[in-house]
Parts: sequence; structure tokens; C-alpha cells
Amino acid sequence: MNLLDIQDLSVDFATRRGTVHAVQHVSLHIARGETLAVVGESGSGKSVTAYAAMRILDRAGRVAAGSIAFSGVALRELDEPAMQELRGREMSMIFQNPRAALNPIRAVGRQIGDVLLRHGLATPAKARARGIDALDQVRIARAAERYDAYPFELSGGMCQRVVIALALACRPRLLIADEPTTGLDVTTQKAVMELITELARAREMSTLLITHDLGLAAAYCDRVVVMEKGRIVETAASATIFRAPTHPYTRRLMRATPRPGATLADLLPDVPAMPALVISVPAMSVPAARTAGEVLLTVTDLVKEYPRAGAPGALARLLGRGAGPAPFRAVDGISFTVRRRESVGLVGESGCGKSTTSMMIMRLLDPTAGSIRFAGQEISATPANAFARDPMRRRVQMVFQDPTDSLNPRLTAARAIADPILRLGTERGAALRARVEELAGLVGLPTALLDRFPHQLSGGQKARVGIARAVALLPELVVLDEPTAALDVSVQAVVLNLLQDLKVRLGMSYLFVSHDLNIVRLLCDRVIVMRSGQIVEEGDTAAVLDAPQAAYTRELLASIPRPPV
Amino acid sequence: MPDTAILPAPPAPAPSIALLGHVRHVLAQDPVTAASFGLFLFLLLCAAAGPSLVPYDPLASDTVQALRPPSAAHWFGTDQLGRDILSRVVTATRLDMAIAVFSVALVFVLGGVAGIAAGFFGGWTDRIVGRLADTIMAFPLFVLAMGIVAALGNTVTNIVLATAIVNFPLYARVARAEARVRRQAGYVQAARLTGNSELRVLLTTILPNIMPIMTVQMSLTMGYAILNAAGLSFIGLGVRAPTPEWGIMVAEGASTIVSGEWWVALFPGLALMLAVFCFNLLGDGLRDIVDPQRRT
Repeated sequence: MNLLDIQDLSVDFATRRGTVHAVQHVSLHIARGETLAVVGESGSGKSVTAYAAMRILDRAGRVAAGSIAFSGVALRELDEPAMQELRGREMSMIFQNPRAALNPIRAVGRQIGDVLLRHGLATPAKARARGIDALDQVRIARAAERYDAYPFELSGGMCQRVVIALALACRPRLLIADEPTTGLDVTTQKAVMELITELARAREMSTLLITHDLGLAAAYCDRVVVMEKGRIVETAASATIFRAPTHPYTRRLMRATPRPGATLADLLPDVPAMPALVISVPAMSVPAARTAGEVLLTVTDLVKEYPRAGAPGALARLLGRGAGPAPFRAVDGISFTVRRRESVGLVGESGCGKSTTSMMIMRLLDPTAGSIRFAGQEISATPANAFARDPMRRRVQMVFQDPTDSLNPRLTAARAIADPILRLGTERGAALRARVEELAGLVGLPTALLDRFPHQLSGGQKARVGIARAVALLPELVVLDEPTAALDVSVQAVVLNLLQDLKVRLGMSYLFVSHDLNIVRLLCDRVIVMRSGQIVEEGDTAAVLDAPQAAYTRELLASIPRPPV
Repeated sequence: MPDTAILPAPPAPAPSIALLGHVRHVLAQDPVTAASFGLFLFLLLCAAAGPSLVPYDPLASDTVQALRPPSAAHWFGTDQLGRDILSRVVTATRLDMAIAVFSVALVFVLGGVAGIAAGFFGGWTDRIVGRLADTIMAFPLFVLAMGIVAALGNTVTNIVLATAIVNFPLYARVARAEARVRRQAGYVQAARLTGNSELRVLLTTILPNIMPIMTVQMSLTMGYAILNAAGLSFIGLGVRAPTPEWGIMVAEGASTIVSGEWWVALFPGLALMLAVFCFNLLGDGLRDIVDPQRRT
């Protein structure tokens, strides 16, 4: 018998623009002990399906039709107290952001104890021992010590383990994991996914994994369900889905997923969905003196230190009191170069100092020591808060990680793209508008969308606005800070191709900051691997990724989920 | 901001029409907001045209008609000097609203700018603004307002000033918290990258984005400002006796409530209550209108 059986489920959302059918006629089942992945892009209804099963849809949502049975019990007919008893005890859920799922002002062990007490699985006297036991089972080292830790004292991966411990504390029969590793590093992702599958196997627990990553789904699950626009388009064993995808949408998804052996153009569908890339854009006047090979950026012994908590304040230092703890070195003496028309990948896990490095090169942050020479000129001499008026400002630009967060919600797309021109360029009035439209054409943003506000644009369109803004002044160096991390794979494929196309056309150099080695392989000529503020390995992309020298690079590469092919 | 004018206006729908449509949508969706908007318009009308609409001269006394209960001739009755209470209540709207509007505008500029600067620049700016706000908060606010008016002199200007000063910490703290959150936001960094100086980032990027929350704050303190001004007048500070003002009128009526002439205090008190109530309700509705994310 199936543990969870969803038949013909439809979920509607009431919105300002009328009813949205978020999920339509979805049927799926999970057997005891089975691991099922639901894969789809944002808006495909994968989370909504799970929320409907847990009956935690938000107020605007309503199950319009269908049945949901949990080990034979029809969940839709259950009253709320009975449902509450089921939630947590029989079926449990882990969410995407582990920090948001934990109470920030309560020690993590006590939060586990609370759950056990609520469901009557422990007495107050035994709660502590049981809590430590639960932490131990999710492989948290020194569990007895960590019992009293607060969420902010633990890393993201640790927090996710605590959330898993919370979810599994009552030994549920079904675990729903909603993007449990999005936002975690690849090595952490591997550890967390292995933990989930191992615990599921040991306890004969069923798992429903919701993810946008087809590779992750196929690597860790028994079966994969692919959803598109609220409907299931394909269900297959994970061993076969990669080898023989039947539905065109699955094929398109697989095609768009960066993988070893594929080129950038391979990621795009055969028939270009976005005609933008083939549009002939009037040749933008690219400054001639952009010969490949010439050194553009030289970073030498760059250091950024942050004072640690407990460091003496200004007054104590003035009085010559107390040498506090040594400052924390986020970037610890790194040196590298970027040549003209070259893409350099800066790779590493969160906290390795790659973002700090890019912020210093962007002159948004002042280095503690070291030099940054751009086109032969020392640019770290101008302090970051005065760099806006430096003539170099227009020559180094940046594309941000989150296209939503990086657009001012009160400016239209046109105004956002025009911003650098208004500050640093010369065009005004009709010439400015023409220039903005030209840039929009260049990044494949329909002119009709230019007068919209960011919240009226899709993720891919916002990414295009961000890119148009960054290239508006024809900069020589563009730092790309995980520009596709917040995008769906199919959009990511298009954006990556656009970036590559722009680089060639405008003669720019890229410093590509990322943790996704598969994307770095596609886009970069050279790659620099960073760890704890230092460069671990550096070299041509193919050389580093195919024959890594450093143990750390090998570990990174081994952590990328490999679907069974 | 002159920059926005450089881009040609987008084709239909023109922004003003879109905004009107949005306002209509918010009002239609939330009847409470709609009611408070109606009340607000009514208060505005009274403040603008009140003195020319009222049936009697609010200052003309008629001792024969003193302390008459509400009737067809005097809807709200008359007070000890036989002045028409309806005329006085309506006429007082202008003065009470003016005090509230000017004090809120003043504190919005002072507190808002200080708070945003504190949150954005941090360091010493933050410390100075923070301690200033703490100092003001250390006093019971109404007593502080009394002290300021008593020390500076019994004028309407000083009431405005005192009301603004006691509200300063509220504005400074809200603005500081909001600016601090946004200081490291992606779009603020992006604005720096596109060549905006720190001051320009502060004024053109951060300030407009915290306007929604500041608007709500303004609406809420507006009610408090009216209460504060009326309270000062009630205890004899601020506006002086013959001038129609809600606080004074309640004070005058207080003595006659015991002897049964309830209408003298009731009607100005009701007007006061309605005005405060209106501004409190208005806050939430205003936020929905000012926030572009709620507009689709």
C-alpha cells in the first residue's frame, strides 16, 4: 500500500487578477521507504502540491478537487486537531532556509526537546538526553555541547542538520524536504543529502524531495516526477530519466542543466525560445584598444581584515590598552591577474573570501593592505566611498547575484538602465532613451517592458535589466557575482549565453564569482580556487577541473551530484 | 528628482491615471480605509472652508442664549457665553489640523533626516542621534512638551515645536532601522556602482524606499500630535481662551458637565476623537497606496 497517495489534485489561488490554477490534476504516490523527487522550475506547483498534502496552504489557496490519502486516511476530511497530530508526528517537513525555520532566541537542543514534549515522546527529565541523542543522529559533532548553542552560532549546514533533527525527532513516516540544500555549498549539500537518504533508509521512512535540480533529484531519489505549469509531465525511475527522457519539457530541462562535456550553446533549446539573441543590434561603438591578452587587472597581496568581537574599541586603543584577539582575515594575501577579453572564475565555498575580493575590486570595500592595479593605475588609492566620482568608476562594473534585490523597487527598468549613463555618461533626453532602448535590445529585453517596475518583471527579465545596467557604459571589467544563482535552469542557460555573447561583442573581461563548477567550466578561460581567504589552486579551466592538483579542488568536484547514467 | 523627467513619459497608462486606479482599488478592497479617507476629506473640508460655512460667528457671545442644549437653531447647543458650539467646533478644525500638520512635517524632516543619516553612515552620526533620541525619551513626553511650551512662551509656534520635539525619537528610530536594513541591499550597492555619491544614494535611493513606512508613521503621529496640542491647551498652555480650539473647549465644558450641560464638552471631544481615530486608520491604507510593490 502507498504511504501517500495523491489523486487528481487541483489547487487554486485567488489573486487580484482572478483565480490562478497553481496545480492541475496532479496524481502521485509514494510507497513506504521510497524516495520521490518532484522536479520543476519556479511556479511549476511543486511546493504547492506538498503544502496541500500537509494542509498548510496559505489563506488564498484552496484545494479545488482531488483526494489526498496518507496511509489510507483521507486528509481532506480530517479535522484540524487530528491534522495537527499528524503533522510533525507522522509527516514532517524541512524548508529551504534553515535559519528561518529555527527560533533564533532558543538553544537548538531545547527546540528539539520542545517538539518531543509536545508530542508526548519524552518526559521533561529525559528531554535533554533525547535531544542530544537526536543531534548525534544527524552527525553533529560534540552534540552535548551544541545542545546549548543558538542558531546564529552554527553554520548554514549545521542549522540544516538541526532542522532535519527537528523534523525527524518524532520518527515520522513521511519527510517532505522543500529545496533542503538550495543556498548551501556543494560539499555541505552532499553531506546533507547523504544524511537524509541514509536516515530514510535506516528508518524505512518515505521522502518527498522538492527541488529544481534534476541532477540532485536523480542522484539521490528512487523515482522522479517532473512538473511544468502545475501539471505532471513525466514520471520515471531516476536511473532511466537521464538516459531516456520522454517528455520534451524534461529534455529541455536536462539540456539546460550545465554538465561536463557540454558547451554553452548546447544548453539552449534547438529552436531559440528567445529571438533576442539573434536580433541584429546596431553595432555599438566598442573602443578599439581592447586587444586580447594584455593585462587589465593585477591584484597583489590583497588583504582584508575584520576586527573580531571583543577587539578593543577606539578609546581602549588610544589609551594603549589591551591587545584583543587578532583580527579575522577574510582575504589573506591573494594575488592574481585578469587579462583583456578573458573570463576568470573565482570559485570557493561561502566564507572563502571570494565575495569580499570582488567587492574590493569593485571598490565598494577598502582593502586592509595590498594593491589593485587596473589598466596600469592603482585604484585602491581612492577610498571606496569617494570612488563614485573616480574616472575609473565607469570602467569596472558588476552584475549582482540576486536580480530582485539589486534593482531599486521604485525605479522602472528604463530608469535603472539609464542610471549609470545619467551619472557617468553624456547622453540626455531622447538620446538617452534611444541608448536605453539599444541596451535593452542588446540584452534581449523587449522595449515594451522598459516602463515596468521590477516587481512586474520575471526573474530572467530582471537579470537582463541588471546586465544592461552593468554594460551600459561599456566597462572593461565586469564582475559577475553568481549572476544566475537565483534563476531557473532554462533561464540560466539563456543568460549565460547572453553574457558570453556580450563579452565577445563588447570586448569585456569577466571575473566570474561562483560556487558552481559546472558553470565556471562553461564560461571561464581560467579558474582560481579559494579557501579561507587564500588561493588554493589556479590555472586553465580545463586543466584545473579535469586534473585538479589540490585536495580541496578534488573534494569540491566530487561533491557535485552525479546522476546515475 | 530632475533625472526622472529626462526620460520621455511612458505611453498609456499615464502614471497619474495608474495611481488613481490603484487608489481606487485599495479603497474598494478595504472599507475601513475608505471610511477613514472619507473622514479625512471631511476634516480637510472643515479646515479649508469651515469658517465660511458655519452659521454663527464662533466668537460672538450672546449671554441670553447661554448654555442652551442642542436645538434646531444651535445643533450642538451653546456654551457659557452663548457662543454656538457647532460653529466653534468646525472653526477649530483649521487650527488643530494646522498644528498637527506643521509639527508632523517638521519632525518628519528633522527626525527622518537624522535617522536616515544615522542608519546609513553609522559610527559617530549614529551615536549622536541615538543619544539625542534617548535623552528625549527619558522624559515623560507630555511633561516635556509642557516644559518646552512653558519655557519658550505660550504661542502656537511653540506648540508646534514642542510636539515635533517629543515625536523626534519615533521618527529617528524608525528611519534609522529602515536605512540600516537597506544600507547593504543589492540595489544600494548597484547605485554606488553606477556612480552615485554616498549623499545621492542616501537621498535618491534610500529615502524613497523608506517613504512607505514613514508615511504610516506620519499618519499615526498626526493623531498623537492633535491630542498633544489639545492636551496642552486643555491645561492652559498654548492656544488662549477665546480662540476656538478643541482642547480649550473641552476644558471649558469640563466644569459644566457636573451640572448637566454635557454638550459643551462632548462635541469638541467627539471631534477630537474622530480626528485621532481617522488618522490612525488612515496609516495602513496609506502604506498600501505608497508602496509600489502593492501596485500591479
